[in-house]
Amino acid sequence: MQLETRFRWLPAPLLSLLLFLVWLLLNNSVSPGHLVLAVILAIVIPLVTSPFRTKQPLIIKPGLAFRHLLLVLYDIITANVQVAILILGPTKKLTPGFVKVPLDLTHSLPITILASTVSLTPGTVSAEVYPWSENLTEGNKPEQQFLLIHVLDLKDEQALINTIKQRYEAPLKEMFEC
Amino acid sequence: MTEWIISILLLIGGSFVLVGSIGLVKMPDFFMRLHGPTKATTLGMASLLTAAMVFFSTTQAGVSVKEILISLFLLLTAPISGYMMIKAAIHHKLESIERTKGIDNIEDDV
Repeated sequence: MQLETRFRWLPAPLLSLLLFLVWLLLNNSVSPGHLVLAVILAIVIPLVTSPFRTKQPLIIKPGLAFRHLLLVLYDIITANVQVAILILGPTKKLTPGFVKVPLDLTHSLPITILASTVSLTPGTVSAEVYPWSENLTEGNKPEQQFLLIHVLDLKDEQALINTIKQRYEAPLKEMFEC
Repeated sequence: MTEWIISILLLIGGSFVLVGSIGLVKMPDFFMRLHGPTKATTLGMASLLTAAMVFFSTTQAGVSVKEILISLFLLLTAPISGYMMIKAAIHHKLESIERTKGIDNIEDDV
């Protein structure tokens, strides 16, 4: 896992890219003036705010991250259709349930991304991360953590856990290399 | 032609938002109710915003891309708000309907 970038003046490359794009989108133009201003903001804001932020693992494989993003977007569309069918179908047949998914990820950023993707994908909403430890980054040995999720229609618990682990957690683990 | 695209996108978006709201009314307990607004509405809003993007790009000069930003922020905030609500519900020990499985998986608050 890598926490520091190679360039000291670019502490968070993805944040810089995001700021650059957001500035251009907000102004709805690609005129030279806005490009220069966007570059300045993209470099200055992460530099100024980096002392306040806790160090998070960096994405090491951007190509994989992009492919994972496309997969998640596709899953969001299918999730919407599936949940729509579940909602419009008979309510009495639904068997809701709480499921604990053991996590292999350790840092808060990858876990947050995983929890958000779980919330946006078929029939599941993430609820909580157990156990309640907040000092994982301070060198003590990380415990096994669990993600508590609520499932709208629980059929096979183990199959669901396997899907989440293989489909969403494995790519995250690989792209952060943790 | 563009009018057709815009109308179809508006209809798709509107129906998904409607389904989300129906879920809000129809589901028996809080935890199940949360599924409608967190998911069914994201695609609905995305279609509505795409319709807006097509409309403003064709009727006015230049391309309008601000709507991408709105969809991006929606995608970021929908899971967070869902998470906050379900966390609050667990904290208040809201009752879920009887056939909910795995209720023991909820641990007590510290």
